[in-house]
Parts: sequence; structure tokens; C-alpha cells
Amino acid sequence: MTDNLIIAGKEYSSRLIVGTGKYKDFEETKRAVEASGAEIVTVAVRRVNISKPGQPMLVDYLDPKKYTYLPNTAGCFTGDDAVRTLRLAREAGGWDLVKLEVLGDQKTLYPNMPETVDAAKILIKEGFQVMVYCNDDPIQAKILEDIGCCAIMPLGAPIGSGLGIQNPVGIRIIVENANVPVLVDAGVGTASEAAQAMELGCDAVLMNTAIAEAKDPVRMARAMNYAVKAGRDAYLSGRMPKKLYADPSSPLAGLI
Amino acid sequence: MINVTINGDALKFESTLSLDELLMKLDIEQDKVAIEHNREIVPKSTFHRVQVADGDNLEIVHFIGGG
Repeated sequence: MTDNLIIAGKEYSSRLIVGTGKYKDFEETKRAVEASGAEIVTVAVRRVNISKPGQPMLVDYLDPKKYTYLPNTAGCFTGDDAVRTLRLAREAGGWDLVKLEVLGDQKTLYPNMPETVDAAKILIKEGFQVMVYCNDDPIQAKILEDIGCCAIMPLGAPIGSGLGIQNPVGIRIIVENANVPVLVDAGVGTASEAAQAMELGCDAVLMNTAIAEAKDPVRMARAMNYAVKAGRDAYLSGRMPKKLYADPSSPLAGLI
Repeated sequence: MINVTINGDALKFESTLSLDELLMKLDIEQDKVAIEHNREIVPKSTFHRVQVADGDNLEIVHFIGGG
């Protein structure tokens, strides 16, 4: 039985999307991505260091033919900057699938939602497939879906904080209302929290720091791989109801 | 001699040159980058045609690790 993730018409067997930042080196990045089982990796767009040409590049370690590169707009604080960055990304890679994030302030890295909505409208008009980082507000999430975003990606907690999912109710309501994939993007710190996101009904989880800043990133990548699968299966299984009192698992009949 | 700003740095070149010539001089593989020429994105297919002139501003970007 296949249970693939479908984003913008394309199918993926993994429900884990991983970032490629904060690793010790490209070799570690590659090994962690492989262990995670991810098929989509997020990447940033930055200036080439023209004074040091010939440096190793990410594309030499993660083959863009094997992995779907998802260019992000990390570091952009205005919609204009984000749109400019993604136009360049499309030209550099040739892909329309992008991750839009317009940040509101340095300290929290919470999204600036009005700028995000404006940028999303422009990008969608230009033919981009926009996966959008947003806050955990179901109303904003619906607005983003209505303007045509192909995936809604509420934060679980501030980017890089590893605090876990702070507002499971908000995430659950977003999932229930959405007709496009919902991903928890940011805030997951360890495997149980990735599983929790999936148990809430999210279609996938996107993370970077939880893996990259683990003491053993490759092993944590593997843990996240399992956690996302476990959480998905638990969600689809339908959990047992919670009860206030005990209910013995062994039959009472035939007791000596 | 022409002065060109590339990624915020001032550089000098002997004469005007096309973008693909410029990338060759800088030892940058053109299929791994995107270029903004005076804030206009340049399609890769036209790198050989677009000329860099005195006072031009270029941004040359690529993909790096990110979340």
C-alpha cells in the first residue's frame, strides 16, 4: 500500500524534508541527508565567493538530479527580497518549487505574514509552486491556501529553537481545514516531536537544526526518518481513546 | 579599462566582455550559478550575448546549505 506525499503534483515516498545548513562540512551534510531518507532538501541562495573560486559546492555532494532542491528565502525580511531571491533561484536551478519565508524580526524569526502573503501572490502569478512558512494561525493558513500556495508550513516553535510543538491545537486545526499538504516547519528538537507532528495529521515535517546540531547528526537523521514514519502510521492507525481509569489487557475470565 | 561591481566588490577588466567570458575569467561554472545584471535576471541561455559594461552591477549567486 503506497502512502506517498504529493506536493504540487509530484509524489515523494519520504515525509521528511531536511535542511542542509549548519553541518560541519559537506561530507556530513551528505551522510545525514542519506540517513534521513529525505527526497527534498532545502537550500539557501547566496553570493558566490568570487575571490575564492573552485571551492566545493553543495551540488557536488547532493546531486540535484537525485534530490529535489527546495530553495528558501531565509534571511529575507521583505517580500521584495524574497521574490528577488527566488527568481534567482529559479534561474540557477530551473525549478519552480520554492520555500517562501519572509521573516519579521531577528530575535524570533517569526514570519511577517502581510509581507508573506504579498510575496506569495507575486510568486504564484509568476508560475512558482510556493511552499510557505507561516505562523500557527489557522486563518492565515487558509488565506495562504486560498491564494494558491501548494503547501502550508506552520512553525512548531521558533526556527532553530528545538522547543517542540508549542501549539498543537493550532496545528491540528490547520490540518483539518487544509486541502493542500501541511508541514510543520521549524521548532522540532527531537524524534518524539517529529512523531507528534505526524500524529497531529501533518503531511510531512521539515527540519534542519534538530539534525545538524545533534551530537551525532547522522544518527539523529536516522531517528527522524523512523519518527516520521512511526508518527504517520500511528496517525493512520487511529489511536485508542484515552480513559481515566485502568482497563486490564489480560482477560479476567478463568482467573484462579 | 572598465569598472564592474560584482557581489558588492569593485573589479576591473581590460574591456567589455560577455557574461560567459566573465565567468570563465572568474573560474565559475556557469551551470551552477544565476546572475543578476543591473538588477535584471539574465537567462542562462543568453550569457554569451549579454555584455558587461563600465559601471555595471552584477550579483552572482549559487545554492548553499540552508534550512
